[in-house]
Formats: sequence, C-alpha cells, structure tokens
Amino acid sequence: MRHIISILMENEPGALSRVVGLFSQRNFNIESLNVAPTDDATLSRLTVTTVGDDRVIEQITKHLNKLIDVVKLVDLTEGNHVERELMLVKVKALGAQRDEVKRTVDIFRAQIVDVTPSVYTVQITGDAAKLDAFLQAMSPIGVLEVARTGVSGISRGDKVLSL
Amino acid sequence: MELLSGADMIARFLKDEGVEYIYGYPGGAALHIYDALFRQDAVKHILVRHEQAATHAADGYARASGKPGTVLVTSGPGATNTVTGIATAYMDSIPMVVLCGQVASHLIGEDAFQETDIVGVTRPIVKHSFIIKHPTEIPTVLKKAYYLAASGRPGPVVVDIPKDMTAPTERYEYVYPKKVKLRSYNPVTRGHTGQIKKAVELMLKARRPVFYTGGGVVTGDASEALTDLVQRLGYPITTTLMGIGAYPQRDRQSLGWLGMHGSYEANMAMHHADLIVAIGARFDDRVTNNTSKFCPTAKIVHVDIDPSSISKTVRADVPIVGPAGSVISEMISLVQGREPANPEALTEWWERIDGWRDERRGKLYEPAAPGEPLKPQQVIEAICEVTRGEAFVTTDVGQHQMFAAQYYKFDKPNRFITSGGLGTMGFGFPAAMGIKQNYPDDDVVCITGEGSFQMMMQELSTCKQYGVGVKIVNLNNQSLGMVRQWQDLNYKSRHAHSYMESLPDFGKLIEAYGFTAIRVEREEDLLPALERAFADKDELVFLDVYVDPREHVYPMQVPLGSMRDMLLSKTERT
Ligand SMILES: Cc1ncc(C[n+]2csc(CCOP(=O)(O)OP(=O)(O)O)c2C)c(N)n1
Ligand SMILES: [Mg+2]
Repeated sequence: MRHIISILMENEPGALSRVVGLFSQRNFNIESLNVAPTDDATLSRLTVTTVGDDRVIEQITKHLNKLIDVVKLVDLTEGNHVERELMLVKVKALGAQRDEVKRTVDIFRAQIVDVTPSVYTVQITGDAAKLDAFLQAMSPIGVLEVARTGVSGISRGDKVLSL
Repeated sequence: MELLSGADMIARFLKDEGVEYIYGYPGGAALHIYDALFRQDAVKHILVRHEQAATHAADGYARASGKPGTVLVTSGPGATNTVTGIATAYMDSIPMVVLCGQVASHLIGEDAFQETDIVGVTRPIVKHSFIIKHPTEIPTVLKKAYYLAASGRPGPVVVDIPKDMTAPTERYEYVYPKKVKLRSYNPVTRGHTGQIKKAVELMLKARRPVFYTGGGVVTGDASEALTDLVQRLGYPITTTLMGIGAYPQRDRQSLGWLGMHGSYEANMAMHHADLIVAIGARFDDRVTNNTSKFCPTAKIVHVDIDPSSISKTVRADVPIVGPAGSVISEMISLVQGREPANPEALTEWWERIDGWRDERRGKLYEPAAPGEPLKPQQVIEAICEVTRGEAFVTTDVGQHQMFAAQYYKFDKPNRFITSGGLGTMGFGFPAAMGIKQNYPDDDVVCITGEGSFQMMMQELSTCKQYGVGVKIVNLNNQSLGMVRQWQDLNYKSRHAHSYMESLPDFGKLIEAYGFTAIRVEREEDLLPALERAFADKDELVFLDVYVDPREHVYPMQVPLGSMRDMLLSKTERT
C-alpha cells in the first residue's frame, strides 16, 4: 500500500542524505520526496511517499525514527489527511488546441500561468491521482515538459506535527 | 577561562572525558592534533601499523570494558582504512568514536590532496557522524559523539575535523561540557510495564520455555540480572555468539549458543519451544535459519532497546522496547514469590533437553587417531584448560572462530570477543592488543587461522613497540578452512582459492620481531607448549599449531531448513 510519511528533522547539512541513504541502504521504495524548511528555521519538513506492506512500513518508520537527525514523524495515511502536489506542465497550444487546453484547464481548476503563441504553461495542484488524470487528458494534445513537486501532506483536524 | 586551539581542545577533551588510550596513525590533516597530543601526557596514543588495526584495537577495548574506544586518523587513505573496522563495530553495536582529520574547509569539494568524503563513505555504517564547522563546536560535538556512541543501542560515531579547525594560532574558550542534550535523541530507559507483565504471565505459564539472549545483554551490562532471572525460573537458556558468557556456560541451565554452528540441544530446544524469551538479540539469519520454518510452535517475547530490531525478521507476540537491564529487573520483581504454573510440563521439557544432550555426548568430534594431525577442537579445549576458562579470547573469522566459541567455556560476559555481525578476518589480533593494554594482568589470547592472521600481522610491530604480551594461537590448517568446508559441502570439493599456498615460516616471522614462536604438531607437545606460552603474562608468544585441514565445523544448519535441521558430522544429519 502507498503511504505518505511526514518527517520533522534537524535542518542540518547531511540530514537529507541520511534519510535518502536509508531508503537505498535498506531497499525501501521512494516514490516521491519533498523537503523544505518550516516556520522554525532549525527544522525541515520532509515528506516521502513510499509503497510497502505493513511490515515494511513499520520498518521504515522505525529506521527513520532511529536517525539522530529525525525529531518526529507521522504516517499521514494512518488517518484523515490532506494530500497535495503541485505540477507545472508545458503543453502544445496551436490553433484549435488553444481552446481545448483552456477548457480542460478549467475543468481541472488549473491555471494557465504563462503563454506563448505555441505553448501554454499550466499550474495545477491536487492529489497525485488528479495530476495523473490531467496529464492523461493532455496527452493527445501534446505534453512538452512536466515538473512535479512530489507529494506534501498534513493531517486533518486539530492534531499537529510539531515539537 | 581557558583559551585553547582546536587541537588542544581535542587533547584536553579526551582527558576530561576519561579516555586513557587512543589508537591511531598520523598524517597531514591530523598533525595539529598530533602535536597537541605530544604536548600532554594524560592521554596515551598507541601507534598502530594500519588504521584498520586502530579501529579493531579500540573495538576490542570497548567490548572488554563496555566503554567507547577511540581512534584518530588522518584524512583520505587514513580515513578509508578505518571503514572495515567501523562496519565491524556497527554490526555488533560497539561504542567507538573515530576522529578523522580532513583537508582544510576551503579545500573541501576540490578533490584536494588526500580528500575523501569520509562522512559520506561511512554513512550507512555509523550510528551518527559530525563535521566540525567551527573550532568552538569541538567540545560539544565531541561530547555528543561519546554520548551517542555509548548510549541507547551503542555504535560507532565519526567526527570529521578539517585541518583549519585545529590551527594552533587560533584560540577559543574551552569548557568541558558535562552533559549534552539532543532533542531528537531520547533512548528509552525502561520498558512498558504492561508489556512486561504480559511477558511474565506467558513465562510463568510456559510449558517449554527457552531464553534466547544476545549481545544486548552484554553491552547492556545485564548479565547478573539475567542470571538471577533465569535461575529463579529454572528455565533453559541459549545465547547468540555475541551473547556468550552473559549466562555461565558451565551451568546446567545453559544450552550453549545457537544457530548455524550452535549446539544440537540449543537448536532442538528452540525448535520445539512453546515460548521464546528473546532479550537483546536480533533474530539474525545465522540464528534463525529459514524464518518461515522458525520455531513453529513458539510464542515470542522480544526485548530490545532498538525498536527497529523488533519484528524485523520474525514477528514478536510481545514486543518490549527497553534496555535489557531494567526490563529484566522488572521481570524479576514480578516473578518474585511466584512459581511456574506447569511444573510437570517443565520437568518433561528438561527430560527432553537432557535427552538431546545425551544423544551428542562424546560424539562432538572424533579425536585424532595416533599419528594423525591434531584436531582443532582439542586445541581449544586445551587452551580453556590452561587458562581455566578465564582468559579474554579474541578470534578471527573461520572454522577456528567457531571451534573457539564451541569448545572454550565462558562463565563471564565480555570475555569472548569476536566479529559476529560482519565476520571480519583480521579482527582478532588487533582486538587482543587493545584489550591486553587495558587489562595487563589478564590472559588475553587471540585464536586465529593462518589466513586471518596474515590480514593484520603487521601489528606484531605495534606489540613490540609497546610490549604487549598477547598470546596468539594459530590453528594452522594450511587452508581457508571455512571456505574449504563450504566447497566440500556445496561445490563437490572444488577448492577454488581456499588453499594458502606458500605460507610463510611463522616461526621465523615472529622471531624477526623478537618474539617467541612455538610450533606444535603432536598431541604430547600441546599442553607443554600452552603452559610455556601462558607462563609469563607480559610476553607475546605465538603458537603455530598444525591441525587437521580436513576437519569440518558441526553441527551445521542445513540451508533453508528449520533450526533443528542440522548436519551433525560428515555422515550424520537430523
Ligand atoms: C575480510 C574477509 N575476507 C573474506 C572473508 C570470507 N571468509 C570467511 S572464513 C574465511 C577463511 C578463513 O581462513 P582462516 O583464517 O585460515 O581460518 P580457518 O577457517 O581456516 O580456521 C574466509 C576467506 C571474511 N570473513 N573476511
Ligand atoms: Mg586456516
């Protein structure tokens, strides 16, 4: 099953490489990964999506927790959560295609953020499935370039992941 | 207030931390530190002849004493030479701090002379690592390094020190940090009481219980508590290779050690148990054999300080995260005044165990026929006899290691010192050296093979320099015996590169360093040679004992089988 694990870790050089190294060293999967500092400059938040059965996920969270730089973590998929990813896509937009792209963009509540005579640059946020669906819808027209941030997430409700 | 250079801070910190010996080898990036060491005499530096030996020596000391060992090396090749030793310590959870010189900060990343990203190279084999970014960080970073190395589940810590951090011209305030805190690191200090209660109820109700304990009991300094608990209950106990001596092996309740070459009765008892109480052991593949056939009828209680060890390879029914010592003490207080619920079942259980013991009694190996070469097993028995089972015994890796573990009987922890997890040939001799320097009044013997010894034999020179009186017993089977055994069993005796052709004359080699070597080929020479070797505690003596190259280590678990599937000799199997 797919899991989204959010990690608060020390904003120290080398911390990221320890997390990434752990996944390759122990043969765990990384589907996507994103990382940035939080409101507390000493902490980074890293979100990793991974796939595995319960035993593997248990090992992943235990080993992550064992890293000295990891302060706290949560497996968001254990509860209700909001999952978002941002994608920027360049699509071909010539003649009649221009209208069709615009219509699809509206349907997906995406935005066109840059325009040239032949190309639209589209920004879209959502969960990974929505982004995949958008790419599929665009593929007959012609997807030229894709930049995805990887999944970020947060739990629903009053619970917070903080120190 | 005291102003010190980074280099002097390191020397002073080591003194304040109570470090007595450090093992190392100098070079450009470490020279400021070496100069600081030269100008003080509290910390003694031992100059090894290869950096790998420094790590094994520090490791041996750590295993014997329970305190972190310390290593100091230069950048580049000095640092990369420590990799095998760091990995060895990591696999066996041994506390160690490795201080590496590094090229100056402004050169990092430029492929400078002797630059290696040692933090990157060692990342998967350390508990943690640090790079010093400013000299003022030195005291706290070093304190953190020692704290991390020794606390929780111990392990090696690397500290990378760019040369400009130790420049003699720049001085800063030095204060010894008595304590450090890391917000992201809080090793557990006790187990969950509810879980411990559950475990104790299972233990009291068990009909066929076995204690299975590992290195965690030794490093956790919990042998006494364990012995108390096991004796109160009267249950059988087997240990891992790393756990040898945590419970007195000569006691009736001890089944010896278990696993691939473990004792017949230990493996049989594990397989038939209805309850396994695992403490400080990690269900390693050399113990469990095929995990899907592992102990089919047993419930499993698993106590470990490292949550990631629990249910990693074998699912625990009652997981308990906590240090062995405090969990065992809590178990003792819960057991107090209570009796096992099924005394008849336990009596029957012991009858079966004694039956397994009797089956193999006197059949463990075939003694040498007259005129035939000595058997390695009898050599170990003789060493045990001459040292009254009280020596520190280090080993290298191979058949001699397994024979040493099988035939030397240990009643104390921290005495059998071996590379269990990584299986590092070359470990034994430098480890013995590190132990002997710290325990000069004890017998320290390295049981080795002619293959392994040649991997670290340059340390004879270090022993000469510092007058280290270790005993070396070379079980010379003129082959890479363990490799040869696998080739006999799995490759129709095609002995690809398992011969040690052109062995040196070990006697001459040893004598070149001014030490005594004794060659032993006949049974009647064995005891006198050993007595001669152990007569003087301060003298290094090398016994070159010619043993039968055809001998195999048995029992040996059958690959992919259960714990009870074993070869018992060249012709018998379970
Ligand atoms: C550094 C290293 N290289 C290779 C091995 C693989 N290996 C395991 S046992 C062994 C043979 C050891 O020979 P020797 O030291 O003579 O011991 P014996 O088995 O003959 O007693 C080898 C090569 C190892 N464990 N460590
Ligand atoms: Mg050999």
